[in-house]
Amino acid sequence: MKAPEFDYVKARSVAQALSLLTEYGDEARILAGGQSLLPALNMRLSEPSLLIDIGGIDALRGIQLMRASLRIGALTTHTDIENSALVAQHAPLLKLAVGHIAHRAIRNAGTWGGSIANADPAAEWPCCLLVLDGTVIVQGPGGERRIAAANFFTGLYETAMADDEILLGCELPLADRDDWFGFQELARRHGDYAIAGLAMHLRFAGPVVQSARLSWLGLNSTPLRSRKTEALLAGKPLDATTLEMVTASLKEELEPIADLTNTGATKKHLATVLARRLLTQANATRQSVAA
Amino acid sequence: MSDLQTIRLHVNGQPHSCAVPARLHLVDLLRDELGLKGSHLGCEHGVCGACTVEVDGRVVRGCLTLAVQADGRQVRTVEGMKDLPDARALQQSFIRHNALQCGFCTPGMLMAARELVQHKPDATREEVREWMSGNFCRCTGYHAIVDAVCEVLAQRNLESAA
Repeated sequence: MKAPEFDYVKARSVAQALSLLTEYGDEARILAGGQSLLPALNMRLSEPSLLIDIGGIDALRGIQLMRASLRIGALTTHTDIENSALVAQHAPLLKLAVGHIAHRAIRNAGTWGGSIANADPAAEWPCCLLVLDGTVIVQGPGGERRIAAANFFTGLYETAMADDEILLGCELPLADRDDWFGFQELARRHGDYAIAGLAMHLRFAGPVVQSARLSWLGLNSTPLRSRKTEALLAGKPLDATTLEMVTASLKEELEPIADLTNTGATKKHLATVLARRLLTQANATRQSVAA
Repeated sequence: MSDLQTIRLHVNGQPHSCAVPARLHLVDLLRDELGLKGSHLGCEHGVCGACTVEVDGRVVRGCLTLAVQADGRQVRTVEGMKDLPDARALQQSFIRHNALQCGFCTPGMLMAARELVQHKPDATREEVREWMSGNFCRCTGYHAIVDAVCEVLAQRNLESAA
């Protein structure tokens, strides 16, 4: 279908975009890459009266190495992330995840910030941001504000951002030598919305897991961590006993919501499959490093 | 109340100035205003890939791009591929391998395949399959399309090795 009618302004600066947002409130939508917004418009799921196109604000684009973090500008495209040597070195999890985002033509246009602000519970970037414990930087009429990933995703397509704020970018902690990252998801076809997905961050102390973070997508109305299971993993080697323990713990801890084709029980089962696969992979990688 | 927006863009190397409503999709501008019917409209929500065109050298969905977003940019459609050697090689390979039947998906397939040939010349068959997975074909079952793309990659690798 065709999009409904709307007014359109190409913002020249963040300040101009902010003043339009203040004026129009929730009648306005920010247009970044448009790869979620335009399908929603085409299907008439959203009918804003004004689109504020921030696509020309170059200050919001690009990947920068800071002293203790990697900063990813809101307008950085998925393809930019896929191609970035800085990302490969300092945030390798994103490299593992990016291929799961739709298809090349979408990745060429869709943006990091758009995905984070849209807060789709089945999207890859919110899940990665959460497992990396990143920080979201937003700007409103009162200035800049930093929001921890753990506090950012508040509900289905809902975030801690106010209606008059714009996402400027995110900061991710730099990967360490003892870090291991994994990402996997299950979808009916490549590029489809995932039924379940898992981003994993393990920090090793020798052969033993020192700390673990597991972040899930597609299970509930927001991406979410499984902190009880994470705590159980600390101090454990990744042997068969640990895998059994993690499976049992996840069955207790996770409470996935059914979607149109999959029951909560199916999703819970698939989640344990993903956890076992990634932990097995992590163990094999660590052993090959040691050998 | 939407006013027309004036945009300037290059399509297949030709400069154009158009007054468009903000809601107009790039693919509709190309087809209905500029008469370039090679980019096709399938699903109109970014799933099928039939409307794939190039903007500033990268493929995008013509139905998920507003015409106003192409202001100041270089757009290329399948009509603009005929003078490009790698695109010609892909077209010939598609013919040799019977990589099309009805041809509806072919322009989008060629656009996607050309970016692959340019950016990932040493792609494996599995990577070709993954790359092309954003373009639907309801006739061929994909094998012939993947064969056609792989042959072009192999030819080019032979040439560059020689």
